[in-house]
Parts: sequence; C-alpha cells; structure tokens
Amino acid sequence: MEISILALPLIASIISGFFGKHIGDRNSEIVTSLLVSISAILSAVVFYEVIFNQYDENIIIAKWIHSGSLEVNWSIKIDSLSAVMLVVVTFVSALVHIYSIGYMSHDPHKPRFMAYLSLFTFAMLMLVTADNFIQLFFGWEGVGLCSYFLIGFWFKKETANAAAIKAFVVNRVGDFGFALGIFLIFYLFGTVNYSEVFDQIPTIIDKKLIFLGIQIKAIDLICLLLFVGAMGKSAQILLHTWLPDAMEGPTPVSALIHAATMVTAGVFLVVRCSPIYEYSELALNIITIIGMSTAFFAASVALVQTDIKKIIAYSTCSQLGYMFFAAGVGAYNVAMFHLFTHAFFKALLFLGSGSVIHAFRDEQNINNMGGVWKKLPFTYTLMIIGTLALTGFPMLSGFYSKDAIIEFAYLSGTTTGYYSAGIGIFTAFLTSIYSWRLMFKTFHGEYNNKEIKIEETHESPLVMLIPLIILSIGAIFAGFVFKELFIGSQELNNFWKESIFFLEPLSIEHPPLWFLLLTPTLVVLSIPLAYYLFVKNKNLPSQFVNVNKPLYEFLLNKWYFDELYDILFVKSSKKFGLFLWKIFDVKFIDGFGPDGISEVIKRFSIKANKFQSGYIYQYAFVMLLGFSALLTFLILK
Amino acid sequence: MNFPILSSLILLPLIGALFLFFTKSRNDNKITLKYVALFTSLVNFFLSIYLWFLFDQTTSEFQFVEDRIWIEGLINYKVGVDGISILFIILTTFITPLCIISVNNSINDRLNELLIAILIMETFMIGVFCSLDLVVFYLFFEAGLIPMFLIIGIWGGSRRVYSAFKFFLFTLLGSVLMLVAIISIYWITGTTDVVKLYEIGVDTKYQNLLWLAFFSSFAVKTPMWPVHTWLPDAHVEAPTAGSVLLAAILLKMAGYGFIRFSLGLFPTASEIFTPLIYTLSVIAIIFTSLIALMQEDMKKLIAYSSIAHMGFVTLGIFTIQQQGIEGSIIQMISHGLVSAALFLCVGVVYDRMHSRLINTYGGIVTIVPKYSVLFMIFTLAALGLPGTSGFVGEFLILMAAFKDNFLVAVLASLGVIIGAAYMLWLYKRVIFGKLINSDLKKMIDLNKSEIFTLSCLAIPTLYFGFYPDPLINTIEVSISDLINNYNFKIVSKP
Repeated sequence: MEISILALPLIASIISGFFGKHIGDRNSEIVTSLLVSISAILSAVVFYEVIFNQYDENIIIAKWIHSGSLEVNWSIKIDSLSAVMLVVVTFVSALVHIYSIGYMSHDPHKPRFMAYLSLFTFAMLMLVTADNFIQLFFGWEGVGLCSYFLIGFWFKKETANAAAIKAFVVNRVGDFGFALGIFLIFYLFGTVNYSEVFDQIPTIIDKKLIFLGIQIKAIDLICLLLFVGAMGKSAQILLHTWLPDAMEGPTPVSALIHAATMVTAGVFLVVRCSPIYEYSELALNIITIIGMSTAFFAASVALVQTDIKKIIAYSTCSQLGYMFFAAGVGAYNVAMFHLFTHAFFKALLFLGSGSVIHAFRDEQNINNMGGVWKKLPFTYTLMIIGTLALTGFPMLSGFYSKDAIIEFAYLSGTTTGYYSAGIGIFTAFLTSIYSWRLMFKTFHGEYNNKEIKIEETHESPLVMLIPLIILSIGAIFAGFVFKELFIGSQELNNFWKESIFFLEPLSIEHPPLWFLLLTPTLVVLSIPLAYYLFVKNKNLPSQFVNVNKPLYEFLLNKWYFDELYDILFVKSSKKFGLFLWKIFDVKFIDGFGPDGISEVIKRFSIKANKFQSGYIYQYAFVMLLGFSALLTFLILK
Repeated sequence: MNFPILSSLILLPLIGALFLFFTKSRNDNKITLKYVALFTSLVNFFLSIYLWFLFDQTTSEFQFVEDRIWIEGLINYKVGVDGISILFIILTTFITPLCIISVNNSINDRLNELLIAILIMETFMIGVFCSLDLVVFYLFFEAGLIPMFLIIGIWGGSRRVYSAFKFFLFTLLGSVLMLVAIISIYWITGTTDVVKLYEIGVDTKYQNLLWLAFFSSFAVKTPMWPVHTWLPDAHVEAPTAGSVLLAAILLKMAGYGFIRFSLGLFPTASEIFTPLIYTLSVIAIIFTSLIALMQEDMKKLIAYSSIAHMGFVTLGIFTIQQQGIEGSIIQMISHGLVSAALFLCVGVVYDRMHSRLINTYGGIVTIVPKYSVLFMIFTLAALGLPGTSGFVGEFLILMAAFKDNFLVAVLASLGVIIGAAYMLWLYKRVIFGKLINSDLKKMIDLNKSEIFTLSCLAIPTLYFGFYPDPLINTIEVSISDLINNYNFKIVSKP
C-alpha cells in the first residue's frame, strides 16, 4: 500500500507525460487526477493507522548507492511525521489536479502540465518518506526540478523563464549548504541513515571542529548547514527572492508547490532532524531569529504589493517564518500543526485568487479589480474563509496554530522567545491588514477594470469550485479537530512518538490571559480598520505614502534584495567569468603558451632565414669574420 | 583463458579499418561503408559485454592477461584488465558505434577515411585501457593523438588547422616527459611491466620527479587548469563525431592514468602532490564554470563544462578514499555518456541550422519537442541532478573530499551552483523563449537514428542514476585493494 502511494503519482506522470498525445487531453487529466486521488485515499488510510494503531514502518525498496561504508537505500519510512506530510501532500495535490482541469482548460499543453504536477507529487513523497539524508536530497532536488518546470511552464514568457532559473539556482545555493551538512554528517558518523545518525548524536555533543578557520561545535555546524538548505527551499529571508518571482507559474502550481507543500519541506527537514537540533542551542536561536525576521519582512512587503499572487506569496513566506520560529523555540509539533493548517487555507487562498484571475481574464493587479463580490459569490465567500483562517480569526484553523506558536514563543522564557512573541503578534496584525487590503481591493469599492466590463466577469466552473469548498472545510475545521492530536499535552496522547524528539518536555503552563487575548483582539479589530483604510477613506493610505515616500519605495522594492544580489553575485560572476575567459585564458595562457611560443619560434626562424641568402660572398664574409674572431681569440689567449 | 579476448578487442577495429582501407569510396557505397564500420564496432561492443560477463568481480587481480615477448628482455606485449579498467573499455566500445551512427550526410568528403580514423582510434583507446606494460601503454596513449589530430584537421571547421596544432602541441609537450620517465623507470627497476612494478615499487627518492613527468602528460590530457585551453578550441573545430570521441573517451585516458600509474606506482609522491591536485582541481571547477557561464558558442560551453567535470574527477582520485575514487570512475563514465550526448545534441541543431551560436536559437520547444525532451535529460544529468548518473559521481567525490579537507569540498561544491546556472541558462536560451529567428520554423525534429543514439545514451544515464550498483560492484574490490596497497606503501616507506 505504501509503495502504491508513491508509485501511483509516478505512473500518472509517465502516462500523461509520454502518452499524453495518444490518449488525449481529457484522458490525461482524468488519469492523473484519479491516480493521485487514490494515492490520497491510501494516505488517509495510513494516517488513520498511524493515529489509532501506532503504525510505524520502514520499508526498504532497493539498494541505491553502496560505496565503502556508505549505504543508501530507496526506502519508505512511515511514522507520525511522514504520515502527516503524506496526507497534506496527496490531498492538496489531488485537489489541485482536479482544479487544474478547469483552470488550464484553454491551455494547449494540458498533458504536460498534469505530468509535471504528478511528477512533483512523486518527488515530494520521496522527500517525506526518506529514511536517509540522500533520498531526502533526491526528493529535495526533484521537487526543485518540478518547480522549475512549472514556473517556466509558459515557456514563451521571458519573465517566466528567468523566474524558473532563478528559483532553481537560488535553491541550489540552499542545497549547497544542505549537501555540506550531509557530508559533515557522513564525516562524523559514517552513515546517512536517520536512525543511525540520531542514535549517535549524544556521543558528539562536545566535539568541536575547525571549519574554514572558525572553531565551532560539530553539532551546531550540522544544524546550521542543514538549515541553509531549509532556508533555500522554504524561502526564508536572504534566500527568499525566488518565491515571489515563482508566481510567474500557473496559479494551481503556486497553490500546490509554493504554498502548501514544497516550500514547507524546509520546516519538515528541521522537524525531522529534531533529535539533532535539540542539542544545538545556537542553531535554534538562529532559526528563531531568521524565522521571525522573515515573518516580519515578508508581511511588511506584502502591505504595499499590488499583484494579487505576490501578496499571497509574501504571505506564504511570512507564515513559513512563523513555522520556523515555532521550531526554533523547540515547539516542533506546533510548527507541524501550523504547516498542516496553513496547507489548507493557503491553498484555498491561492486557488481562490486563481478563480479571481480567471474571472478577470488573467488580470493580477488588485488596483484593476474591485466591486465584484456580488458577481463572484462563491469565490468571495471562500476567500473570506481563507482570509479569516489565515489571519487567525477565533475558532478557525489559523487561530489555533498561529496563536499556539506565539504562546510557545512566550513560554520558552528566553530573550529571543519574548522578542519573537512580540514580533509574532505585530506580524499577525500586519497579516490581518494586508490580507483584508487584498480582499477589500479585490471585491469591494468601485469596479476599476478598464479592459473588460463587469458583466463579463464570471464565476468559475464547478470543477474549480469543488476543490475550493473542500479546502475551505479544512480551513475552518482542521485547527479545531486536530488541535489535541498535534499539540495536545503529551501525557494524554502520544501521537508523535519517536518522530519528534524533545530534550525537555514542552511547557504545559499557560501564558497570562491578557496575552492570550491580545492577538485575537488585534486580528478582529484590524478588519474594520482595513475596511476604513481601503474602502471608506482611500485618501489616507495615499497621503501616508506621500509623506513616507522612501519607506514606501523601500517596501515596494522588497527591501532591494534583488538589486543587491544582482550587483553582488550575478553581475560580478559574469564579469569575472568574462575576465577569466578573454583575459586569462586567451591573453595569458595562450599568449604565453602555444601562441606565444609559436610566435617566438616564427620570429626567430624568420631572422635565421635571412642568414641563408644564397649569396656566396655573404657566406664568405661571415666565414672570414668568424675566422678572424677565432684567430684573435687564440692569439690573445 | 585460451581465447585472447583482449587482443581481439584491440585488433577487431583495426581489421575493420583495413577492410575499409581496401574499399574504394564512391558516392553510392556510403551506406555500405558505414555498415562495415558499424558492424565491426558492434561486434566489439558485444565482445566487451561478454568480457564484463566473464569478469570476476571478487578479485583485484588482473584478468584475461596475455603476455607475449615483443623485444626480448625489454618490452613485453602484456595486456589485462581489472575492475578499474574494464568499465572504460566498455565505455569505448559503447560510444564508438554510436559515433559511427552519428556520422551522417553532413560529412561528404572522405567518409571512408573518417570511419577508418574512428576505428583506429577505438583500437588505440582499448589498448590504453588494457595495456600492462608502460611502453605499450605509452605507444597506445600517444598513437591515439594521431587519428584525433587528423579528424580535427581534415573534417574540422574553419579554424581547424590552428586547433589541431594547438591540440598536438599541448598534448605532445606533456607526453615527451612521460616517455623520459618511462625510460628512467626501466633504468631504475629493470622492468616496465606494471604488475611487477606494483610488487617491487619504485624507490622513494625518484618518485617525485617521475610523478611530475607523468603528471605533465596526464594534466594536459585531462585537461587540468591551466593547460586546458586546447580543449575548447579542439571541440569547436572538430566534427561532431570527433567531439564525441574526444569528450567521451580521450579525456578519460588521463583520469585512468592517474589512478593506475600515479597512485599505483608513486604513492609517496602522490601523497606529497595531493595539495597541488586539489588546488588545480578546485580552480578548474570554479574558473571554468564561470567561463562556461559566459560562452556564446554551444560547443565551447560544453567544452568548458567538461573541464569543470574533469576537475571533480581529479579531485576525487586524489582523496584516496573508497568513495572518492569510485565517485571519480562513475563521474568519468557518466561524463562519457552525458558529454557525448550533449555534443550529439549540438550536432543535431548544427546539421539543421549550421550555427553553433546560442543566440541563433530560441523558442524551438514546440518545433522539435522530442529533441527538447532528450536535451533536457542530458542538461539535468550535466548539472548533477539526483536520479542521473552525474549526481552519484559528484556526490561521492564531494563526500570524500569533505572528509579530507573542508575548504576544498566547500569550494568545489560552489561549482555545483554555477553548473546549474550555466546549463539551465543554455537550455533556456536554446529551447525556450520566443521564436525570433523565423528560419527555425523549418527545423525538423529528430529522425529515427538520432532518437536511437540519444536514447542509447539516456537510458544508462538514468539507469545508473537510480541504480549504480552494477558499476560500483565491478570496481569496488579493485579500488579497495588499490587503496590498501597505497596506504601500506606509504607506511612502510616513510
């Protein structure tokens, strides 16, 4: 059964990718959606088994790389952690497959699109079910590849191609750290299998290494290197630049890959490695700091963006930040809980925005929308649910997971913990503002689109709405239903078992009541505030912009990260490459090497040539000179 | 073993070449000529597969050894294979028929002679990989230059003479020193028999100079930075078949030489010069990757990427670890498949559009979909995506390098990032984007023989990416014994 969970998406991908032309568009869509849906149902069964029957299994399928002491297998590891991921991945994937049937109905390359989606699902499943770091890396790069294909799916768009390459290369920078982390693990433990590595961790706690001239604890180094990989994949600050650009891809892709599943792989990695991270205070602090910085940074940028998908992309970035700082304060289960609920409401928001874009015939700028809430009643309602869940409105799923993160940060009792709790609350407020800004500008106010008339905007077909409805059910209830299971007290139920490791049990105290009420109050209050700012009194934001022009520009240009990187890395490596080629290789090596030598020989032989003039009297003269020189020499001697 | 299987492998292509030599080349018998050459090389391929089948993986002893006196008391014609060499022989016999198939209508002149050159080349390459006598090795090693020189010089592009001479100058320069070294080894030890030399070893005090002499030859052939500049020129001017042979097989002779001779004969010196190799390898990986990023000519780009890939190989060999050397051999096999395929891919579009410049192309994915898919597979293999053979080699090498030296591994890993950038950028500029050049609309997708050759290369690339066991099992014992011997010699001769 476990094998078929993984195999079905792969088979679907092969059928649609290689035989799509033969079986036709509609059949490829049906086959891929069906097989992935079956995989989702099987995952649900596995999840059920894990919850109620303590199912735990490590299936080895085949040998992969066996070299010396290195032994890597293709495997399927089922435990609580991977079961959660299985459910999230296959469910969202199945819904996105179905949604795509409607969304891509005008696209000429449907089988290819479906094949990529299924292939992505397969790679993601390989990632979450690995029992060793190298298979994890396989899935890691595999999802990156599919993300590359899907971002660049509309291959005629220059921007889409550039975004695709950027995504892959920035991720490679993360993978560079990740790979070094794996090398270090192999160097220290002689194995890359999770269980063997985790067992040996306590033996190296005090070991120190000199790495590139810096003395550092081995365990800190492992954690930091792996975290670089996680930062790349999960678009954390410094390595986040690819995610907003990735919105060039079709919207279902953004929902599946860049919101619900692939980008959460970094969080998954940190949680999976909790037996290592628990021993590294330094790494956990850095994760907390990076997490909260990202949460705040992305939320601040989202405030001023005008592209509907980019706003949601920055929102994703910000929510991933939350997950990281949950992990950073040691609340891995809470991070997983937020990952779980986030998958529902963020996929819902993305697919909902896709429905809006569909209605406006590929318009993505929220300034060109507005006033259509009556025309798109279902999309509107569903997106309201998504927004409420995202902002953490009481009783919806985001409320349970996000507030839990802030609480645990507060309870961790450390300085970073307090800071991140504070920033977490403030970011929650920002989240609420930008989310409602998006909603109000898209659906309320005047109709601002000049291209098409309001009568022509239309609600999406049923095949797109049904996945949205299913997701909205998740967005409403996932928090409430699964709260006890994921983050309930560990004495009562031990769902995570060995899959997450806590050095010390998490605090079971509760923060003061005023603290608990703070976030929900802010979230609720921000709704009328946003309504006032973006519908009632539109002059106020624009006045604010005029007064604070530099700040606005700074946010609009996403803190100038792209420009900075362009100068630092892209331009300079191109220049250096050109220098190495034109100056070093051609002028220097060839100049002093073959070209130079042959030039010298040529000149010399031309000179030597002149001696052989063929005139006897010249030869005789030279002979005479030589003879007299010799004679003089002999006499003088 | 009575049947001289290795000598047959060496001689068969030569016999085929003789056949061709006595056949008059006419316009109407081109196909026949090709079939003769193809038949010969295919027989050789199946023979080598049979060799692999008979090969005993559990021992590091040389197998199928043939020993014949050539010059009494001086040189013996001695051949044999072990785990290290057998894969290279199979690579050679596998690439050659594909190369012959790829010779198509773009070659009008002297088809007969080209086929002869390819077959003779095969003979020499197999000779290199199975000779167990230094003199015999040297002869094959150097003789291999001649057909390559001719292929570039006769069937090459507009600057073919310059490139051919550059190629010859560079490679010959290094080789002369190796010849001197081989003669000195004979004077020092009294034999040129590799097996005997492994047993008695070479006196430590001579090792450094001898190592450097061998190194100067291998470094040029690898090619290592800074003696690499002949390779891009040679590739650019060579016809497709020449580029394929050059990249897939010729470059592997040096990597093989490093393992067989530098490590095997001069362990003490290898230990001393390891930092040199590390430095040059890392420079090669980073510098040539950056250069590749800026190329406008597809063939030059792939040529520079080859130098970077060979940088990984030399790095891996001198880690003197199981993972490192196994990784290097897998990387060489993988590079043999992938670079051959990439040059064939360039050849395909060159045949149709007569341009190797990247900016000629763009937006051809819908015009040549099959080509795009296969080209993508090899692009991904070249950038070392897990699931392709490129990953297994690179990852093992870096893993071993990391054990030895953090800095080297970190710097070498940077090459992996740049590698992704230049390969994907190349692919994007050629295949994706808007169709601007309207001439491209007339392009025809791959024909059957092109699909066949490229698929033949794609299948092992993917297969060994998911399941490299057949390769690793073959080389495992030989390499672990090599490393044990190496360490033993270092310890026993301080």
